[in-house]
Amino acid sequence: MKPAPFDYVAPKTIEDAIAHLNRHGSDARFLAGGQSLMPMLALRLARPTLVIDLNRIETLSHIRMQGGELCIGAMTRQGAVLDSNLVAQHAPLLQRVLREVGHPPTRARGTIGGSLAHADPAAELPVAALALQARFVIRSSAGERIVAADDFFQGMFETAIQPGELLTEIRIPSAATAGSGFEEIALRKGDFAIVSAAAWLAIAKDGTCTSARVVLGSVGPTPVRCPATEAHLIGKPVNAVAISAAAEAIPETLIESDSLNASRAYRRRIAPVLTRRALTAALKDAGKAAP
Amino acid sequence: MTRTTLTINGRRAQFDTEPRQSLADAIRNELGLTGTHLGCEHGVCGACTILLDGEAVRSCLMLAVQAEGASITTIEGVSLPHAGLTELQTAFRARHALQCGFCTPGMVLALHALFTNNPVADEDAIREAISGNLCRCTGYQPIVEAALDVSRANQDRLSQKT
Repeated sequence: MKPAPFDYVAPKTIEDAIAHLNRHGSDARFLAGGQSLMPMLALRLARPTLVIDLNRIETLSHIRMQGGELCIGAMTRQGAVLDSNLVAQHAPLLQRVLREVGHPPTRARGTIGGSLAHADPAAELPVAALALQARFVIRSSAGERIVAADDFFQGMFETAIQPGELLTEIRIPSAATAGSGFEEIALRKGDFAIVSAAAWLAIAKDGTCTSARVVLGSVGPTPVRCPATEAHLIGKPVNAVAISAAAEAIPETLIESDSLNASRAYRRRIAPVLTRRALTAALKDAGKAAP
Repeated sequence: MTRTTLTINGRRAQFDTEPRQSLADAIRNELGLTGTHLGCEHGVCGACTILLDGEAVRSCLMLAVQAEGASITTIEGVSLPHAGLTELQTAFRARHALQCGFCTPGMVLALHALFTNNPVADEDAIREAISGNLCRCTGYQPIVEAALDVSRANQDRLSQKT
């Protein structure tokens, strides 16, 4: 339970961090909050020869509004996001989700960017990022590029981040009038989800749904959107009957995961239930309960 | 080896460490403070909980070198030397909130952090605060009761003041 030896650097700027990565290549790993990498080091599932600690880079830690987007630095602690009034106002789904992520001591160190870049298939934050259609700001020595949420999660523990690149910020379009909901089943509070469901609804004044996003987590290698469920809702008045029908429209094939503590059949059974609950909460949150 | 300087329980300390050594191991092996317990060594059990600049964190999920310049409180530092047990520790004893004692330092520090931020925490907040700390003896109920005793005592003191 002790990590294999490695060298350690703690650069103070993004540029220096990327320079270390370029110099060292694929045997280097960035260390963010350490809540996933440290166990992997201890279990020797990861054996980098250089650990590049991002914790001394002040410019990676911030929460601010810019150009109608909520911008969160990749090294912002999960606990800070949970406590932020700006996040409560512009992306409350993130806080609903974070209450299910670990425990106060892990959220005090764990970061937003660390969890998203790690891309654990059972993690909650990737589900929220997809439902919120976050944009991912990625830096390299060549400059900056922005990746859409739909393109970011590419496989189990795999993202669009390429060798030589660092995730620096996520940007969430503000939608103060939308409603959101999040539901999950986990073995214990704070554990990874067996299945999680996030719902995001924009409802017009007349009660018609103008935009819907439904995302399932822990059902496959990446979080997945459910276009069939979304299509059931868009352009129609949303009520309990519509929500039930939309939740039942999840295609079984979307749910692949099968593990010791939760069979595929079980996940297929609870996914519509969690989706219905998440949509019901989102509708209530949107404050436009249709008759 | 990397030289690391930090403040532990109010005193400056300096030691040389390999980068791979966890803060938890350094607290025990370099600083000789064995009140911080190591259960799982990969962030599941909460026994190694310490206060890092006032916040409860798992010391097995940090490298010792990362604590450079930080201020750390371990179970040895929650009360002044010779000042006896804290109110929370006294409540633990009164409520039989420990049996083998392995999880106790982590429990006390997690609750210590909670009461620093929220002296009158309710049962939900208490259960949330210790949700990441495993105890295999007590079934948690006596721990929650001990914490509630402290919360009630804080509440009484606050209402007497006003």
